[in-house]
Amino acid sequence: MANPYTEAATPVSVRQEEFLRAHHRHHHMVTFGRFFLFFLFLGLWELAARLSWIDSFFFSSPSGILLYLGQMFADHSIYSHTGITLLETIVSFLLVTVLSLLSAMLLWYWGSLSEVLEPYLVVLNSLPKSALAPLLIVWLGTGTDTIIVAGISVAVFGSIISLYTGFCQTDAEMCKLIYTLGGNRKDALCKVILPSSIPLILSNMKVNIGLSLVGVIIGEFLAARRGLGYLIIYGSQVFQLNMVITSIIILCLIAMAFYQIIQKTEHYYRKKY
Amino acid sequence: MQPILSLQDISYSYHSLKGETPALTHINLQVSEGEFVSIVGPSGCGKSTLLSIIARLLVPEEGSVLYRGLSPSDYCQDTVLKIGYMLQKDHLFEWRTIYQNVVLGLELNHMVSKENTDYILRLLEDYGLYAFKDSKPSELSGGMRQRAALIRTMAVHPDLLLLDEPFSALDFQTRLSVSADIASIIRKTKKTAILITHDLSEAITLADRVIVLSKRPAFVKCEMAIRYDLSRDDPLAIRSTKEYQDYFNQLWEVLTDGKPIY
Repeated sequence: MANPYTEAATPVSVRQEEFLRAHHRHHHMVTFGRFFLFFLFLGLWELAARLSWIDSFFFSSPSGILLYLGQMFADHSIYSHTGITLLETIVSFLLVTVLSLLSAMLLWYWGSLSEVLEPYLVVLNSLPKSALAPLLIVWLGTGTDTIIVAGISVAVFGSIISLYTGFCQTDAEMCKLIYTLGGNRKDALCKVILPSSIPLILSNMKVNIGLSLVGVIIGEFLAARRGLGYLIIYGSQVFQLNMVITSIIILCLIAMAFYQIIQKTEHYYRKKY
Repeated sequence: MQPILSLQDISYSYHSLKGETPALTHINLQVSEGEFVSIVGPSGCGKSTLLSIIARLLVPEEGSVLYRGLSPSDYCQDTVLKIGYMLQKDHLFEWRTIYQNVVLGLELNHMVSKENTDYILRLLEDYGLYAFKDSKPSELSGGMRQRAALIRTMAVHPDLLLLDEPFSALDFQTRLSVSADIASIIRKTKKTAILITHDLSEAITLADRVIVLSKRPAFVKCEMAIRYDLSRDDPLAIRSTKEYQDYFNQLWEVLTDGKPIY
């Protein structure tokens, strides 16, 4: 098999080959371990349910989940529930990203403003955002708006603080360089602070997508008639544990997909710069 | 002839809640057109503060700075004396190529034009960096990076160059050759330059005049004109002349107040 590591350097020493083989062996072992654990868990779960070690009414079972999933596909309910949760998460994630970036830029630009606002940001950030949800329902009613605002409220304050802190940690000498070349504070922001903070902004987005999802699910628990959060809370109320666990698994897949997308963007950026 | 730069009775202090730290007291200094001046002094004596004041990044608390006999308020934006400032580190931005880095000054001053970018390309060629114009800064050696930083400074056609220990981050060998390189570039283009350094040898080898500052709060302790019979292009030859030794000893005496350092 062609090996990308060995093609560049033509004469490969015996030790290098040994190292490469060991590396691949290790790699395969890890992959195997991951799948093994997954199927072991599923197998044990199914077995336990079948042999009545656990009550499948409360704990569901892999086959029950599969059946329920099939049913959801058949009546198309999976599309609307997953779709609305995805939409709400993406909208609140994008709004969080834009809002926090703009706020952090403003705070950096006017140092005194950030001093004035600091205690408010700290309080808003440490406040458990689920406490706001009932208030949001009263103000905005039950529906998509409320849920998007809930998603934003969970992520936005922490995001502003971490972006602003990152901006402030940029090497002051780099900004001085801009001033010596005749630039002003706006130039320093556009030519130094923002481009040097792109890795920070990307890693901040990784955190935000997770938090937005948390906020959206909290919102759906309280104020929705559709969505995965609604299915979870509804399922638990009518003891449809298949519904609950299926929704949770779909959520896992969504979270993984989002994370992968941003991870890929990050890799792309690293390669480019 | 009108000096290009004249500092009159400049004083500056740093303020904090713990108190006031005077950095400069009553500095008087003149630099003529085309002159290469070096400022030396004990570390932390306020040399960089002085450069920041000359570069108009700081406003002196007392005294005035005149550029060709005029104070900055007498100028309109377009005729103001252009000042190029080279910092200790090159600060080439890793997210820009070498070319994009050296046009930064033009971008900031809205001076990107065919004529100016051609000038930059010519400078890149002259300083042996043309082949690297699309490289990332991290692919260049320390000396090449410092040359790129010089091009970035020169691109806006400054009337006065300020060099704030630009060689201090380089290793000794590179430092010798890069400092000689840059000094000869400055001489060839007949630029006026002020070099801050804590390296006496560097000051004596490169400058026409050395200005010694005292400990903080700094004042001008002594000025010394430097002349050699030899050409300045060969720093090693200069360093082995009798004059060099004499200048060095005299300056050493002034800096240490004649006291032995041990």
